[in-house]
Amino acid sequence: MHNTTDNIMAVLMLINLALTASSRLNLCISLVSLQGVALGFLPLFSHNGLNLRTAFLAVVVVAMKGVVFPRLLMRAVRGANVRREVEPFVGYGASILVGILLLGISFWVGNRLPLPVSAVSSDLVVPGAIGAILTGLFLLTSRKTAVTQVMGYLVMENGIAAFGLAVVPEVPMLIELGILLDIFVGVFVMAIVIWHISREFDHMNADQLSALKG
Amino acid sequence: MNWEGILIYAIALAAAPLLVGVINRTKAYFAGRCGQPLLQTYHDLAKLLRKGAVYSGTTTWVFRAGPIISLGAALLALAFIPLGGIPALFSFNGDFILVAYLLGVMRFFTVAAALDTGSSFEGMGASREVQFAAMAEPSLILGVVAVARGTGELTLTNILGAVSSDLWLAQGTVLALVIMAWFAVFLAENSRIPVDDPNTHLELTMIHEVMVLDHGGPDFAFVSYGAALKMWILGAFVVGLLAPVRTGQILPDLAAGLAGMLTLAVAVGVVESTMARLRLVRVPHLLLAAGAFSILALLLVMR
Repeated sequence: MHNTTDNIMAVLMLINLALTASSRLNLCISLVSLQGVALGFLPLFSHNGLNLRTAFLAVVVVAMKGVVFPRLLMRAVRGANVRREVEPFVGYGASILVGILLLGISFWVGNRLPLPVSAVSSDLVVPGAIGAILTGLFLLTSRKTAVTQVMGYLVMENGIAAFGLAVVPEVPMLIELGILLDIFVGVFVMAIVIWHISREFDHMNADQLSALKG
Repeated sequence: MNWEGILIYAIALAAAPLLVGVINRTKAYFAGRCGQPLLQTYHDLAKLLRKGAVYSGTTTWVFRAGPIISLGAALLALAFIPLGGIPALFSFNGDFILVAYLLGVMRFFTVAAALDTGSSFEGMGASREVQFAAMAEPSLILGVVAVARGTGELTLTNILGAVSSDLWLAQGTVLALVIMAWFAVFLAENSRIPVDDPNTHLELTMIHEVMVLDHGGPDFAFVSYGAALKMWILGAFVVGLLAPVRTGQILPDLAAGLAGMLTLAVAVGVVESTMARLRLVRVPHLLLAAGAFSILALLLVMR
């Protein structure tokens, strides 16, 4: 069982690195949804194993992150008629290096944090979660378009979900579903906002929003 | 010194050019052609060795020494390379660093000979070769370090010899990551397609081939044979992980190792047939990604 969790976390870290390197918007969306799906299977292999609650949670998470979010984002991209390329402030080569650096930091921090992680199913979960949060932050700040910022936000959320799974083994299902609903609304609203930004300004580069006069 | 080591050394010397033939036949199959004979590389080598060499008036002894020293370095490096579980001819603690540096010596003298011609094309190829090699080498070394840490061994023979199906069950993620990194290094160092096109004859886009344009006759035979040996050396790294058959008996191990080599050659042929060459500015990203795989593997082992 630990081995499966290890593999899922390794996949999560690989997707983090791939996200920093990939230039195609559609590929990025697919990668984020793949990460969400991989994460959705995580509760099934945690210490309390397969039961009705974890199975339900996994199904909901996979349906949300694997089907609904990518659909919404893809529709936003298509509707907003944007370029198919990510427009980074930081080049791809440098982004990969930053991704590696963040990975190193997350391992360093993850092994030193005094967390009550006795119930953790694998010691990769905390570094992986911190890595996803840091990568999400990096994607949020280093990419121009609004769609990629939503994706950075989703990656961060993936990290937080993994973290919650590691540290608090018995998060009530209601809270988890509530968080999921929040993200759903968030992505939904963002998709609409992206559409409006692009309709209003003929592009959706969020960096130019700062030039607006209040 | 052991007779198994001598055996696989001899097999490597004899079979290395065959890998090129297998790759070419795979590509021909995908393209719907008959393709050149499997043994074409041997015929080419024999033909080149019978010819005389022409040297330009601007070249010095560096140009003549380049192919010989490169081949010598490849021959020496090959002596430290095991094939799967079969031990290498020589081994000592940390020999993988020597192997990496011998490959570096090989590259250095190829580059020096290319620069010695004074041709601007060759200078361009040399610059690219060195740039990409500088990124590929850390991936190779970090991958070896990761596997060495996982197996607790320090010689190349023992490191690759300790990769068994048990290790795959225990640390499969690490090994898979290292294989991906090494495969990218294998493609880059042997100037195969995502990085360099061995068939192209446009000097502006070539990397390795453009550096050896001025070599002819026996010199070019040395260069080609050295390249084939290098392919065998780096292939042995990948196959060592990919074919974890360690029965302790020589025949099954040897069969698994050779089958692994052939599979690798076919895989390279498939990659070359199905992928386009990357733009030159994208190549460093591929190599950085390979480095990222190696570093992730290392982090997973060291935690």
